[in-house]
Amino acid sequence: MNPHHFDIDTLTFTAKEIRGDILRMLEKAGSGHPGGSLGMADIFTALYFNILNHSPEDPLWPERDRVVLSNGHICPVLYATLARAGYFDLEELKTLRVLGSRLQGHPSRLDLPGIETSAASLGQGLSISVGMALAARLDKEKHKIFALLSDGELQEGSSWEAANAAAKWQLDNLIAVVDRNNIQIDGNTEDIFPLEPLRDKFEAFNWIVLEINGNDMEQILQVFESALKMKGRPICIIAHTTPGKGISFMENKYEWHGIAPSRIEMMEGLAELRLEEVAYERN
Amino acid sequence: MKGIRAEMKLAPNLFKNPELKATRAGFGSAMTALGESDENVVALCADLSGSLKLGDFISKWPDRFFQSGVAEQNMVNMAVGLALSGKIPFATSFGVFMPMRTLDQIRISVCYNNANVKLAASHTGITVGPDGATHQVLEDIAVMRVLPKMKVIVPADAIETEKATISAAKIDGPVYLRFGRQNAPVYTTKDTPFEIGKINKLRDGKDVAIVACGVMVYISLLAAEELSKNGIEASVLNCHTIKPIDTEALIKAAKECGAVVTAEEHQKSGGLGSAVAEVLVESENVPMKIIGIEDRFGESGESDELMEKYGLTSTNIVKAVKNVLKRK
Repeated sequence: MNPHHFDIDTLTFTAKEIRGDILRMLEKAGSGHPGGSLGMADIFTALYFNILNHSPEDPLWPERDRVVLSNGHICPVLYATLARAGYFDLEELKTLRVLGSRLQGHPSRLDLPGIETSAASLGQGLSISVGMALAARLDKEKHKIFALLSDGELQEGSSWEAANAAAKWQLDNLIAVVDRNNIQIDGNTEDIFPLEPLRDKFEAFNWIVLEINGNDMEQILQVFESALKMKGRPICIIAHTTPGKGISFMENKYEWHGIAPSRIEMMEGLAELRLEEVAYERN
Repeated sequence: MKGIRAEMKLAPNLFKNPELKATRAGFGSAMTALGESDENVVALCADLSGSLKLGDFISKWPDRFFQSGVAEQNMVNMAVGLALSGKIPFATSFGVFMPMRTLDQIRISVCYNNANVKLAASHTGITVGPDGATHQVLEDIAVMRVLPKMKVIVPADAIETEKATISAAKIDGPVYLRFGRQNAPVYTTKDTPFEIGKINKLRDGKDVAIVACGVMVYISLLAAEELSKNGIEASVLNCHTIKPIDTEALIKAAKECGAVVTAEEHQKSGGLGSAVAEVLVESENVPMKIIGIEDRFGESGESDELMEKYGLTSTNIVKAVKNVLKRK
């Protein structure tokens, strides 16, 4: 069971709150990755507040669904989501990237409950997810493995070793979500090192491929609900997201992949989110 | 058998045609034993399951074996996923492919996660022979032992390999096990003690301590016999665990003997000799000599020819001991 099971309106508002958290965390830390974090806020919200079986009070509950974040650099969205879902206090978000913090610059499993695997170096999370899916099958456990990947990390050959392996074992308990936001550090993915035709590639690797607008909450919920019922092959959801989503001056700008907003930029971003006004209107 | 310590329970035919077996053979039998005793033990291999002697395990527990094809990076991280789900995975390959190709996966996903992954590498060292330099990993001990949370074990013979493998499964956290391809003397017995992190002092001698691992332990015993004929009595220490290294036993041996020679089938840099030197430089100021490969790649040839050419012989140990004693 999902402990929250929010409806679409509440999910949409929660995603906005998480975007606000991300801006505040990154401004305070002075470094980090806003682009992908903001772009994936809707998908993280949908997972933790509607789709996943999980238990914030018991992060290692054996029956929980596993979320493996492979592109660890978007951890601000993971931390903010975990805090809002009840894994730890929201206050702790202020400690991102600070000496002694559990909120390391890239996720550290041994430091923070709720992190399934430490991650940073790209192209590793899908393989780890394959291992988890094999273990679940061996133990006849019903939980699912959600592997969250970036598009840029599909340039790593090891990502495709893992894609091959998932197909070999027909792991239908594995759902990969590719954040297809088209940016990476040095520019747009198709200029740097083209990934297209991405759908055809996963299909050629014997995966079921679904495509959505990864910033449309209704589409997100629908795609997860149908993916959870699919059998026989691993499932790849190509989620087309807008990097920097919700903050107009960050949207679709690869320059915002990995720099923190200044105080003024944060204030501008928060103003654009209109969190207080929306909260007031919701009441 | 002068100096050989009875409590080590070495084979009586230690110096008289001992049985020959590759260290990796002990790995296969250990995996079968572990398969029986713990259903959480699983095995992975990257297209080399025959070389790793996994045939028996695979036929008994096919659903607990994951053939990952020629894709070592994925294999190591599948092992991580299995470990984080409560399994005890043994990821296996040749040393040149794992750990060497998969360092990033081992550093971040195995070690930083403290995942309970066991890495078992065969065909390590120069004794691989005719396959040549590409297949002779001589750097793996150095690379593995600098990783936080990693333990490094280099068994001395097939029987010790079996014990090391079973012991590795019983402790939590990453372990690197290093085996050889080539037949080598089997001279420990089932009664020989084995504990991860504890040096086995096989021979007592007051003049010099020879510290060795893997196939070099037996060669060190031969060197000690030869030295004894010249009136030099050597202690021989089987340092099967390079990390965590047995600091106490090393300091004690250095104090008692006043001179140390190390021997390994690995580059001189960063391996057993370096690990021993790191201990002694902070405690016992004794003359020391490291025997290993001198910063070069190997080449094709038969094992014994290569050991001779690269100086991994009892004659060379004897020479090193005589030199180090002059610095006492």
